[in-house]
Amino acid sequence: MKQNTLSYKVKQYLMFGGVGTALFLCVVIAPFLYGLYLTLTSWDGVSKAKPFVGFQNFAAAFQDTTYWQAMGRTLIYSVFAVILINIVAFALAYLVTSGVKGQNFFRAGFFVPNLIGGIVLGYVWQFVFNRAFVAIGKALGGSSVSLLATPNGAMFALILVSVWQYAGYMMLIYVAGFMSVSKDVQEASLIDGCTPAQAMKNVTIPLMRSSFVQCIFLSITRCFVVYDVNLSLTKGEPFGSSVMAAMHVYNQAFTYRNFGLGQAEAVILFLVCAIVGVTQVLVGKRGEVEA
Amino acid sequence: MTENERAARNKKIAHVIMWIVLLLLFICFIFPFILVVINVFKSKVDIVANPLSLIGTRKGFTLDNFPAAMEKMQFWKVFGNSLIITVTATILTILVSSMTAFVIVRNGRWKFCTLIFSLMIASMVIPFQVLMLPLVSIYGGMLNVLNHRITLILMHVGFSVSMAVFMFHGAIKTNIPLALEEAATIDGCSRWQTWWKVVFPLLKPTIATVGIINAMAYWNDYLLPSLVLTEKPLYTIPIATQAFYGTYSTDIGLVMAALLLAMLPILILYVFLQRYIVEGVASGAVKG
Repeated sequence: MKQNTLSYKVKQYLMFGGVGTALFLCVVIAPFLYGLYLTLTSWDGVSKAKPFVGFQNFAAAFQDTTYWQAMGRTLIYSVFAVILINIVAFALAYLVTSGVKGQNFFRAGFFVPNLIGGIVLGYVWQFVFNRAFVAIGKALGGSSVSLLATPNGAMFALILVSVWQYAGYMMLIYVAGFMSVSKDVQEASLIDGCTPAQAMKNVTIPLMRSSFVQCIFLSITRCFVVYDVNLSLTKGEPFGSSVMAAMHVYNQAFTYRNFGLGQAEAVILFLVCAIVGVTQVLVGKRGEVEA
Repeated sequence: MTENERAARNKKIAHVIMWIVLLLLFICFIFPFILVVINVFKSKVDIVANPLSLIGTRKGFTLDNFPAAMEKMQFWKVFGNSLIITVTATILTILVSSMTAFVIVRNGRWKFCTLIFSLMIASMVIPFQVLMLPLVSIYGGMLNVLNHRITLILMHVGFSVSMAVFMFHGAIKTNIPLALEEAATIDGCSRWQTWWKVVFPLLKPTIATVGIINAMAYWNDYLLPSLVLTEKPLYTIPIATQAFYGTYSTDIGLVMAALLLAMLPILILYVFLQRYIVEGVASGAVKG
């Protein structure tokens, strides 16, 4: 039969999947492999020569204290942001599925920050922090220094804005989770004498475990490589105290022209992010239950 | 009062409390947007004097910020750029990845297809930061094709292919019975016709989801466009906003107008397509 010959299959593949596969290989796989090669060179991004230096860049990356400071900061930021995003998103999902009036309107409203890019959101919040909160602070007789002008304040601002930005998105996943838990099971637990809080803790939440795993994975992988909001809200200020890992990588490569070192640091960031994310999913999936 | 009546009354009270909590949260959520909207109609002196007042006390209500901001950020130009890039890239993503998914599903036992599909799944965990340097040095340094809209469009498509193929793969595998295609073949359709006339139209829900998710991502993306398009006439809305802010950050009235202009197109679209966008994103998020 002609449909089983290799040349027929190849022709079919190229006709349907040729463009997609080519773009994927050119934009993702080729740069990824080339990037791994770049970590082994001390290229400045401009000159023709790409001196081969072996693993020196990784050694340098491990000694780059500003990088590890940025990494530590990213870790602290991610822990707070991920926990708060998920608490807020879960609470919102609970409220908008409880059957109150206008719940679809609220659901749509909480999603609005996700429609707008991080750059614009960062500038909007910069105005809120630098002008509006300062004005409120003055009116209440407090200090007139913007939160963004202090290192801890800038971190707090980044966390707050990230929670605000992503909670609406994660809410949608939790809403789908709430919908998937059948009403029968909940009613059965109530008839068996659970209080609503116990039913939530012992029945609904365990059944929604996959939603939690997914939301936590998504928020970890997003928080770890936060860049847009970092750039527009704090720009790494004051005194570089809010430079996150992704911004450090960008600066290392494009501002200081250390392509090899920057790429090595990007690869380390990727590995840390992948290890944390995958571990979380594996641990989370293990305890999944079904009704 | 009977037991039932009391339960009903308690439930009603609980609903009212939840509604009030929701309303307060909602106001917190849109507070930044409200601030932008009230300040965009004030002049600079009034914003500096009191960013919380509804109407400026010194110069009153003004519309002057809009024309100035529109001219300085070349709003229609960057809006057009964003629109062309988003629309073209979204359509291409849908076509290219649905077709790739089709051929992969229907040749499931061929090792080559399995390999490509596994590569795509695995690549989804790679963050953009790992790819941006090599991307710039390959397409900027070696091939010198940066600063063309088409380069950005193809890159956008290339980055979304894996996720989109994954979603179409699931949809074709579960929703399109092979018997349907065989019937079309027997009726005289070529593979190509079977695809366009039978399979593709049946994928509408997934097409909507993939289209919405990617269109939003392309419209709002900053980092990739800022690396690819460095010439001013090619700027998209996020880059133009950033450039504008860099130049006019002290002229706070203009900044307010620019930020509102940057948000307005997608907010207007959201008013009309709100249901589809929320549903599309939700189903995409749950599958991904």
